[in-house]
Amino acid sequence: MSMEKTNSRTQNRLRLTIYLVLTVGFASAMVLSAGNKNYPAGNNHKDPAEPATENKTIASSPIDNKIENTFRDVNKQRAQESKEAFLAAYKVFMHPRCMNCHPKGDVPLQGDDSHLHAQGVKRGPDGKGLYALKCKNCHQDENLNGDYLPPGSPGWHLPPVNMRMVFEGKTPRQLAIQFKDPKFTGFKNFKKDMMHHVEKEPLVLHSWTYRAPPPLSHEEFVAKVKEWIDKGAAIPDK
Amino acid sequence: MINLKVNGKAYDVDVDPSTPILWVLRDTLGLTGTKFGCGAAQCGACTVHLNGDGIRSCISPVSRAVGKEIVTIEGLDPKLSKPLEQAWIQEDVPQCGYCQSGQIMAAAILLRDNANPDDRDIDDAMTGNICRCGTYQRIRKAIHVAAKLKK
Repeated sequence: MSMEKTNSRTQNRLRLTIYLVLTVGFASAMVLSAGNKNYPAGNNHKDPAEPATENKTIASSPIDNKIENTFRDVNKQRAQESKEAFLAAYKVFMHPRCMNCHPKGDVPLQGDDSHLHAQGVKRGPDGKGLYALKCKNCHQDENLNGDYLPPGSPGWHLPPVNMRMVFEGKTPRQLAIQFKDPKFTGFKNFKKDMMHHVEKEPLVLHSWTYRAPPPLSHEEFVAKVKEWIDKGAAIPDK
Repeated sequence: MINLKVNGKAYDVDVDPSTPILWVLRDTLGLTGTKFGCGAAQCGACTVHLNGDGIRSCISPVSRAVGKEIVTIEGLDPKLSKPLEQAWIQEDVPQCGYCQSGQIMAAAILLRDNANPDDRDIDDAMTGNICRCGTYQRIRKAIHVAAKLKK
């Protein structure tokens, strides 16, 4: 009898353990799946904090609710940190060194006050200028040594006309949504391509080499973009 | 010694590699058709062609031209220079004339790349070349004439 009771307790513990493992595993899978989503552009995307609420239909016991609440809190915290990281990086995106080449019109911006580029230069179909006013005609492979002389880097250009990648005038929310839209960026793999762009793109790196530098160092900027993406690439509220 | 190819001729010039192309053309090679305007790529008076691109020679170190070909107003392809010259005379474009070689070098790139430029094309192509005499309207008219003469 005593042996039977012991066996019964052991079986109950085993059942409870399996149940807990399966519940936690399922909830984890839901969270990871939500974190890896590439959300489409627009306002109908879901924040990473939301999927935990979907478990409501599955979980019903007090233990399940506790797990669910814990995951929801963790997700909310991660989403909040992700948004804050984006807001920090946003200051770099909107700084003249970045935004001047992401104008809302077809004339690049210039200088620390982001005025319209002198000489009336225009984007052109490939983003490299028009006729005798090609970007590289003046912007050579290196910065020129002297006040008000054109800065330079190999491949100096604007985004092309079929993918303008406008930063100017965009709120943090609008810009974050656009970054996750392949039609805006041309990125095939959001995380990999976005990180490569901010870490390696010569024109991005060059932004820290002349005139007023962006408000974060390049390393800090890369870290913020990485944190934004790693924590779910949450979309800021405004 | 720096090897240069200018208007189809090869030159060896003994200058510092950082010397602007403008001063090598004018002072070393005696090609004074190209003018100094601002020295900061702002006005276009110094425009020459480097492998077909309309660069500002005042801010371009001569090292930039190594292995490439420079064309100045003196060596512009007659298929482009003749209709432009004729149109410039017909429309009596220049006033003081100082900026005109840069204007014509910019216009030549437009006509090379666009056989039928409209007013907007002309404005887009020529807006970087400043004329203190304000001959812009005559320049635009002359480019329309040159486009017809070129056909």
